[in-house]
Amino acid sequence: MKTQSKRTVIVAVTAAAVLGTLAYACRTGGAGAGGVPSDVALAVYVAPGQQDEFYAFFSGGFSGNLTVHGLPSGRLLKTVPVFSQFPENGWGYAEETKAMFNTSFGFIPWDDSHHPELSQTDGVPDGRWLFINANNTPRVARIDLTKFETEEILQIPNSAGNHGSPFITPNSEYIVAATRFSVPIPNRDVGIESFADDFKGTLTFIRANQPGEMRIAFQILVPGYNYDLAHAGKGPSDGWAFFTSYNSEQAHTLLEVNASQKDKDFIAAVNWKRAEECVAQGLGSAMPAEYAHNVLGEDRLARSEMLTSVTVLEAPTCTDMVYFLPTPKSPHGVDVDPTGEYIVAGGKLATVIPVHSFSKMVVAIANKEFEETIDGIPVLKYESVMAGEVQNPGLGPLHTEFDGRGNAYTTAFISSEIVKWRLGTWDVVDRIPVYYSVGHLSIPGGDSRQPWGKYLIALNKITKDRYLPTGPELAQAAQLIDISGDKMRLLLDFPTMGEPHYGQALPASIIKDRQVKMFALEDNRNPNAALGEDRAGVERKGNAVHVKMTAIRTHFNPDNIEGIRVGDTVFFHVTNLEQDWDIPHGFAAMGAQNAELLIMPGETRTLVWVPKRAGIYPFYCTDFCSALHQEMQGYARVSPAGSSVALRWGTGGTWNTATPVANDGN
Amino acid sequence: MSRVQGVIAVAAVAVAAWLSASCGGGDGGSEAASTTTPGGVVNPAATAAALTEAQLTNGIGPVTKVDLGELDDAMAARGHDVFSLKCAACHKMAERYVGPPLGQVLSRHTPEYVMNMILNPAEMVEKHPVVRDLLAQFMTPMPNQQLTSDEARLVLEYLRSAQVPADSATAGK
Repeated sequence: MKTQSKRTVIVAVTAAAVLGTLAYACRTGGAGAGGVPSDVALAVYVAPGQQDEFYAFFSGGFSGNLTVHGLPSGRLLKTVPVFSQFPENGWGYAEETKAMFNTSFGFIPWDDSHHPELSQTDGVPDGRWLFINANNTPRVARIDLTKFETEEILQIPNSAGNHGSPFITPNSEYIVAATRFSVPIPNRDVGIESFADDFKGTLTFIRANQPGEMRIAFQILVPGYNYDLAHAGKGPSDGWAFFTSYNSEQAHTLLEVNASQKDKDFIAAVNWKRAEECVAQGLGSAMPAEYAHNVLGEDRLARSEMLTSVTVLEAPTCTDMVYFLPTPKSPHGVDVDPTGEYIVAGGKLATVIPVHSFSKMVVAIANKEFEETIDGIPVLKYESVMAGEVQNPGLGPLHTEFDGRGNAYTTAFISSEIVKWRLGTWDVVDRIPVYYSVGHLSIPGGDSRQPWGKYLIALNKITKDRYLPTGPELAQAAQLIDISGDKMRLLLDFPTMGEPHYGQALPASIIKDRQVKMFALEDNRNPNAALGEDRAGVERKGNAVHVKMTAIRTHFNPDNIEGIRVGDTVFFHVTNLEQDWDIPHGFAAMGAQNAELLIMPGETRTLVWVPKRAGIYPFYCTDFCSALHQEMQGYARVSPAGSSVALRWGTGGTWNTATPVANDGN
Repeated sequence: MSRVQGVIAVAAVAVAAWLSASCGGGDGGSEAASTTTPGGVVNPAATAAALTEAQLTNGIGPVTKVDLGELDDAMAARGHDVFSLKCAACHKMAERYVGPPLGQVLSRHTPEYVMNMILNPAEMVEKHPVVRDLLAQFMTPMPNQQLTSDEARLVLEYLRSAQVPADSATAGK
């Protein structure tokens, strides 16, 4: 029939059109939403069951944590707590972890973490550890990448605002720490207006390649400016480290105006091998200081020691150690290219990107091409050390990384773009807008001798309209950009936790097969471990009640406890008897005024619980562990103060009252 | 819709689906992924592989032959230590607990089977029909407690020393 044929034609034509569209999109990558070619979806698609090619580590900024993402998918894999208490797994709440938060100011439950830095061997990220700084109460931390766990935290004395940290030397000899805020050193009660006379900065070098033994090797006393960021030399410039400074005006109020007066501030070039010589020759002085060193040991117990002295070097007594390179204008980032020759400054308020030459610097030092000397530090002539200036680099250039193919990529905060330019010719060859207000950027290995120059991640402070709105505060975000071709291509937006201040990434193959899967029960040295159910039990020591408890799929032992009294402090020492990968057990008790425990297989962790009222208190496993997870529970009976209810405990209906057999070796 | 229209529409949908799949670039290779998660949770849709007679008798795993001599009390004592640390939270001799009682396990199973159950529980739970039936009764899969072969042998010796006669095994609480 005619109408039917007509309909047939319509159906056929529609079908053909759909096919054509699909085939076209497939073939050409036709334009999709937001002007992004639709074929970029393929570039970031990691199919279900497949794994990402890179690990990316982002600082959480004011969350104080580290987040781990996969690239290219952007999927969030883990949050590693560092400087902030983390109720999700009891970090900083479990008794075994509390010492990690010790400082000379006491227990500090929070900080602001900015710069993750991977350990290096021969100038290449090696995947052993990741270091990260705490800005507010100056500290650096070492995270072990076989466990994704913070293992060591060292406080930095004589510092305030540890922003220029923890950039690493090519063989992980040192990580550095620079004072953003100059302060009186040693800190003391002086008038703020005495800034120019009394306030100083320090550049600190911390021995980094001996786990558990991070130590301050030396601190260099420098003029009272703001020291912002750093990078170590490499190749020919190995043995040097470079620090940006601003506020050479030495303002102590309204810095946004008063610290932007001069045309140039400085990059401090530090010859750390010369500094080592000076220390060896006894040219340093021992300065009293008080600072904490905290280590989570092989025994899974955090310990803290308070150190009392640092070795301080000064330019007048250790000559040839520090030079100033004049650099426009309130420079922020300082980045050394993979060859080690070029030192790129992010001239925050400058209209160019200034690039210094290491080889010209060496010649200028030899020829004493100095403009002046400040506090014993020679200031080299700008023209003598400058390699070139990148013109028209965007507004507010901050940070630069490299792809290993002679290209540099610089973020422009104010104009919200990434600018790609050539080392040597200083020509801008490409630029791409980012959304919005990009701070750092990260290329896997992009600050090392050997970048894996496939992707670039823009770390954006502002997202405005990019995501569904979430009240007064909107997501901050990363954007993944393909840099494998001549033109940069935006591939993906993904939100990040806290402020994604800086990130580093490396191929997953370097660390994924070296993961610790569990802790052997035989190696458990926790003095409160119950190594086997026959070692579980409850003991009263005055008002302290110690419960040595075991957890295994799917019960606690003991799971019934009576004889606790109001006024007692109860210590739940929970040992996870599992020896299987990814079978943590959780532990939570009603009314606990801290957090839960999350206990890894083979590990013991302790929760302190102070019941306030008589009654029955359930406790339970919080981490879904088996089909009978909902059955993994118990009851603690709390009686009034002075009650004569006997202390007894059990699992399965058998009550125990005697002190359990002492655990051999404890 | 006429039959012709229907055929065209169905064909178009099929081709579109095929094109989309091609676009997606999936290789389909991951379909054959393991039926057991790292936590030992069994996918009930998995079909048990056909097992050999030897596997049905001696279990699936590294142990194919165990030579039992006279009961070695020293070995049994060391085996008891391992059992207390890693096994006793779930297994008693005379009573059903998280897992089955083990007081007569060597009447039910060969020594090789017992060691393979200790050393290779995930595959046993996944593939062995007897263990699959046990999982349906007990619901908690036997975990891998990472014993070495030597430790599993010691536990076997302890179990030999702890076997009880049939009537007392059922007399548990």
